[in-house]
Amino acid sequence: MSPAVAPPRPDEEAIRDALRGVADPEIPAVSIVDLGMVERIEVGPDRIEVELLPTFVGCPAQELIRSTVIDALAPFGCPTVVGYSFRVPWTSDRITATGRANLTAAGFAPPAEPGDVRCPRCGSGVVVRDSYFGPTQCRSLWYCRDCRQPFEAFKPI
Amino acid sequence: MTATTIASALDAPTRTALAGFLLAMADDEFVIGFSDSEWTGIAPILEEDVAMSSIAQDELGHARALYELLAGLLDDGRDADALAYDREPEAYRHARLLDHGRGDWAMTIARRFLYDTADAARLASIGAGWPPLAELVAKIRREERYHAMHALAWVDRLARAGGEARARFVAALDELARDAPSVLATPGGEAALLEAGILGRSMAAAFDAWRSDVAGVLRPLMTPLALEPAADAARHRAAPSDDFRWLWGEFTSVRRSEPGATW
Repeated sequence: MSPAVAPPRPDEEAIRDALRGVADPEIPAVSIVDLGMVERIEVGPDRIEVELLPTFVGCPAQELIRSTVIDALAPFGCPTVVGYSFRVPWTSDRITATGRANLTAAGFAPPAEPGDVRCPRCGSGVVVRDSYFGPTQCRSLWYCRDCRQPFEAFKPI
Repeated sequence: MTATTIASALDAPTRTALAGFLLAMADDEFVIGFSDSEWTGIAPILEEDVAMSSIAQDELGHARALYELLAGLLDDGRDADALAYDREPEAYRHARLLDHGRGDWAMTIARRFLYDTADAARLASIGAGWPPLAELVAKIRREERYHAMHALAWVDRLARAGGEARARFVAALDELARDAPSVLATPGGEAALLEAGILGRSMAAAFDAWRSDVAGVLRPLMTPLALEPAADAARHRAAPSDDFRWLWGEFTSVRRSEPGATW
């Protein structure tokens, strides 16, 4: 009998690439990697561990994201454990440049201090905040006085 | 590390005190979250319908995270849902301020303002002694900042409105002033919590900070509110208010009709 040869361990970068295919269900244009939710990936001898940071403590998408991550990593052939933690607080500064560009392209102003918010449609800075709170926990309601359209901005947090 | 493993480093009196403190915080967030959610669909304007619903969702999320920490600490087989839903009304430890029902919009804003400012003083009192709580609180404070901005904008608007809006708002503050300090009542075993660094300052110190915060906001708007420290036993009561009993009936109705249901 020849000794069993262990299958090659998946590489962390390959896992991160696979996670680029997992989107926030409330903002499908941005992956959880570009949102800055992926804090740690650890490849153990018999499992992959992924530590995620919730954008908001009560974000209702957490369970859906967990199961989507498990499905996305299934091709690596070993079990995946997804944990949420507050070890590091998620902040909107963790959104990558790609994430910010994708937010704008999808019609959401990326997080910015109130004076720096731009209309994602026409780029105007002549905008007013209608409400601190929007249809999801992470968004607020704004109005562009130039193109006269309402829009949503990601809250700086 | 889980809350359970970190909890094993705490001595028994500290664990008991921490469990009581977590239950009080979790119940506060849970009860005000459910009260706020009553505005979903019927708030005075659409933006406020969205805002109160979003705030309620935040608070219920905070409550769930705190009940999960408590479940890990108690390690008695109950999960966050069991802790949140499977108690009789008498066993809830929310502050007396939250025994007052939703009321009208002025009452809701008065209650949110007093609660948000008191809760901020409480959150600012949490030390680094028990990392799971310190880490969660660091995250929660970033979210609560938005609740405070929302409440302060409405305090200003109602107080300056004059007429019936102002009169109702001032009356609501007066009605709540006696019970508002209960949010910062001294918890059982506070000395142990201070000793372990779980609290960085006493609730009496938090109360003083809160009283001066409230005075600073209201000074340009109206005569000062009389706020006196709450009695020790403020969170224990044999007979919760009718408003809370009604709310309890609402938030436990699904759980009681289908125990163990999931979706």
